[in-house]
Amino acid sequence: MRVALGGTRIDRSRTIHFRFDGRTLAGHPGDTLASALLANGIHLVGRSFKYHRPRGILSAGAEEPNALVTIGEGAFAEPNSRATMVELYDGLVARSQNAWPSLGHDLGAVTGIASRLFPAGFYYKTFLGSSRTWTGLYEPLIRRMAGLGPAPTAADPDAYDKVHAHCETLVVGGGAAGRAAALEALGQGRVILIDEGVATPPLDGVRLLNRTTAFGCYDDNLVMAVERVNDHLPPGERRGPRQRLWQIRAKRIVLATGAHQQPLVFPNNDLPAIMIASAGLTYLRDFGLLVGRRIVMVGSSDAADELRAAGAQVIEVAAIAAAHGRKRVASVTDGQGTRHRCDAVLMAGGWQPAVHLHSQIGGRLSFDPARHCFVPVVDPSRARLIGACAGDVPVDRPSAPVAGPNAFVDFQNDVTLADIDLATREGFVSVEHLKRYTTTGMATDQGKLSNLNAITRLAHNLGGAPGSVGTTTFRPPYTPVTFGALAAHDRDQFIDPTRTTPMHDWHVGQGAVFEDVGQWKRPRYFPRDGEDMRAAVRRECRAVRRGVGVLDASTLGKIDVRGPDAASFLNLIYANGWSKLPVGRCRYGVMLGEDGMVFDDGVSARIAEHQFLTFTTTGNAARVLDHMEDYHQTEWPHLKVWLNSVTEHWAAAVVTGPLARDVLREVVSDVDLSAAAFPHLSWREGRIAGHKVRLYRISFTGELSFEVHCDSRFARPIWEALLAAGERFGITPYGTEAMHVLRAEKAYVIIGQETDGTVAPDDLGLSWVVSKSKPDFIGKRSLARPELQRPDRKQLVGLTMDAFVDEGAQLTAGAADTVMLGHVTSSYPGAVDEKPFALALVTGGRQRIGTSLYAHFGGRSLRCNVTDPVFYDPEGVRLHG
Amino acid sequence: MLTIVCPHCGARDQTEFRAGGEADRPRPADPFALTDAEWADFLFMRGNVMGLQRELWVHAAGCGKWFSLTRDTRTHRFAP
Ligand SMILES: [Zn+2]
Repeated sequence: MRVALGGTRIDRSRTIHFRFDGRTLAGHPGDTLASALLANGIHLVGRSFKYHRPRGILSAGAEEPNALVTIGEGAFAEPNSRATMVELYDGLVARSQNAWPSLGHDLGAVTGIASRLFPAGFYYKTFLGSSRTWTGLYEPLIRRMAGLGPAPTAADPDAYDKVHAHCETLVVGGGAAGRAAALEALGQGRVILIDEGVATPPLDGVRLLNRTTAFGCYDDNLVMAVERVNDHLPPGERRGPRQRLWQIRAKRIVLATGAHQQPLVFPNNDLPAIMIASAGLTYLRDFGLLVGRRIVMVGSSDAADELRAAGAQVIEVAAIAAAHGRKRVASVTDGQGTRHRCDAVLMAGGWQPAVHLHSQIGGRLSFDPARHCFVPVVDPSRARLIGACAGDVPVDRPSAPVAGPNAFVDFQNDVTLADIDLATREGFVSVEHLKRYTTTGMATDQGKLSNLNAITRLAHNLGGAPGSVGTTTFRPPYTPVTFGALAAHDRDQFIDPTRTTPMHDWHVGQGAVFEDVGQWKRPRYFPRDGEDMRAAVRRECRAVRRGVGVLDASTLGKIDVRGPDAASFLNLIYANGWSKLPVGRCRYGVMLGEDGMVFDDGVSARIAEHQFLTFTTTGNAARVLDHMEDYHQTEWPHLKVWLNSVTEHWAAAVVTGPLARDVLREVVSDVDLSAAAFPHLSWREGRIAGHKVRLYRISFTGELSFEVHCDSRFARPIWEALLAAGERFGITPYGTEAMHVLRAEKAYVIIGQETDGTVAPDDLGLSWVVSKSKPDFIGKRSLARPELQRPDRKQLVGLTMDAFVDEGAQLTAGAADTVMLGHVTSSYPGAVDEKPFALALVTGGRQRIGTSLYAHFGGRSLRCNVTDPVFYDPEGVRLHG
Repeated sequence: MLTIVCPHCGARDQTEFRAGGEADRPRPADPFALTDAEWADFLFMRGNVMGLQRELWVHAAGCGKWFSLTRDTRTHRFAP
């Protein structure tokens, strides 16, 4: 009910309209949704989490546990908004939550089924029975019954911003104490003042952030805050981001976050129109309204006269034994047993300082028996606390809690005094256990209005003072934060960079289907004329085996290793030797971890006496460079070697297949391409379309192969020149899927597919790579450990079978065995014959060649023949061609 | 989130750095001079100190340099 007195925050000269559960209502600019509802005489705004109890507005601020509503519609809907913090605007649409079929007639409350479902520790008790009872009965029932507002299903259409700020002094809280501290700090550099509210007037020289909540305090004075930039404006007037996340580093932090007056505990203390006393006063002073005409005041009646002056009847009682009413309080029974008719109750428990930010970063608390609250322990190395949050609160001894039905301690999670008592009887005597068992203080309000009463009750049950049981840990966020604000710009395509090769647009033009390899987009296959993946891959594989194919291999990691000690350095980094590799030649290398396990593989080329180019797997490029830098800087800083990533400087096209040389002869100048002059595992410099290129004879397909590397800037004309030259040979662009089939037939391993950090070179049949003559290299000592000598290590083998087997399928010796001997790492149809084949890691695998195993996947078992892993051209005649 | 002082770049947010574990445990000059047990100890065992610990960090999203510093594992405070 609006009255003539008070109303510092509202503009009575203007009327705006909003809707609540479909009803159109009026309010004033400056109102919160809560004050506007109260001004319209609406106290019932929601149903409680578990018991579907009618709930109203308990507070006037950030601590509100009850009045949670959904603001906005469709994808813009914001569930669980505290009505006390929602600024009213013209056209605002709000809906109540957790009520069915309607707020006034809620079936969950009528049947009372909920109160039998949810006693303290209900997760551990109610849901006994078979797992079918859970999925068939309890879970659907609970999902229906318990909860907050539903999240929108569409993507959030709003924009959010994220900024970093630095200052000498950060003051949190724009009340009198905070404003004074901000002004005082002006002489010591930049000052930022954060205030949750809207009314804080500007201060000269202070950067003021209104409508901003500091929700987290972290190590080294980092404070995270969210600014509600546009939430208070009608949608048509919003400009810029909806909210802005502030990450503020301060030299000093001053907390002036105030205190929260606590509720009293008595039966039915959760009825609508039973409110915190200070909130009743705020509604009068700031919003010019009385929360009732006939108000009972309990605990403290300091403001009784002010309420009377505004026109209310005020009944002062020392204690309440119980409240009565259905959807709004109608009367109370006082401590002497006298019944008082009323339409509102203002209760004054003690004041608990808002110590959340102090506590989040490890600040300690102690119990102040005089003020009956937890106060911060002063620690000069931490944030300074001033005003009410430092413990400067009224000495208000709250009246003792009264047990009985529906005496609520935690309003948002529906935890009663009886739940606390039951938990104590059941032995949950640590405050941390009490919290988890009853869920008190674990709701989105973080126990701002429940922790003190819960701890007080636990201590009472144990016969001690609240200080003896301590408090639970406060964790960020102080109030709920939208995921949108936390993510800000880091969403959709901006969540991670996308890397594309210089030929990317060409691939798109050809209708390539892409796959993500790390951050790279790589063509997986190039479908033609409605081909599915299998048909396209078959065509691409056959082209490489019978004619010629071309692959964009630009994503290959490339590290330039140079300096007088480059060869010595690679000798330590790789398992194989590099000193004797002549300039102009290449070598396949395997890199191990210090534990002897395969870490990466690839070819390196000697470009000059003191320069190598090292190729890494696409996904491992950054890790390999980090690994090299780590060892160079921390173990072998005396080696004169410099490492540079040149991955994106060089584009690469693989021309491969029996006709590869014929294609290159059409376009390459300055190079003798004959096998005698340019053998396998060597490189030459030449020209294509006038541009310098490096040709490497490296094969990942088992066929005659030339990798054409060029300056990325000229990659597109060179790529097109290769395709034009190859046209009459039927050159076929192929993707990573065909590449995988072709390499698997040769048992060329993929790091991360055939390896998982537990696979040593010999397990992969790569003992031939490992140098016997080098005194040391990373992993060498570990290869001599007994564990790596065991004959029953898992070894790479091939499998053939009559049907396809899933990658990851487990392998056993007999069809009904349960002893797993290994697993399938790669599985494809053969490149030409399309017969299913697979690679697998199998215990003592090489000894099992010629025997059979059973693969288990998707509920079936399939007999597999164990073979040598090299299925294609084991002598390597073709790649030497 | 900690503020870490890179000796080359100055104070930066922790997100720019990667931790490299305990410092001052160099790779043995001759790994084969160690028994299997000693080598396994070097490979797998760490002090897991409660208190002041020398540790390696790399300014991964900055200058790329490795350096060591002393951190109190109980408080995350870096010793000067
Ligand atoms: Zn740096």
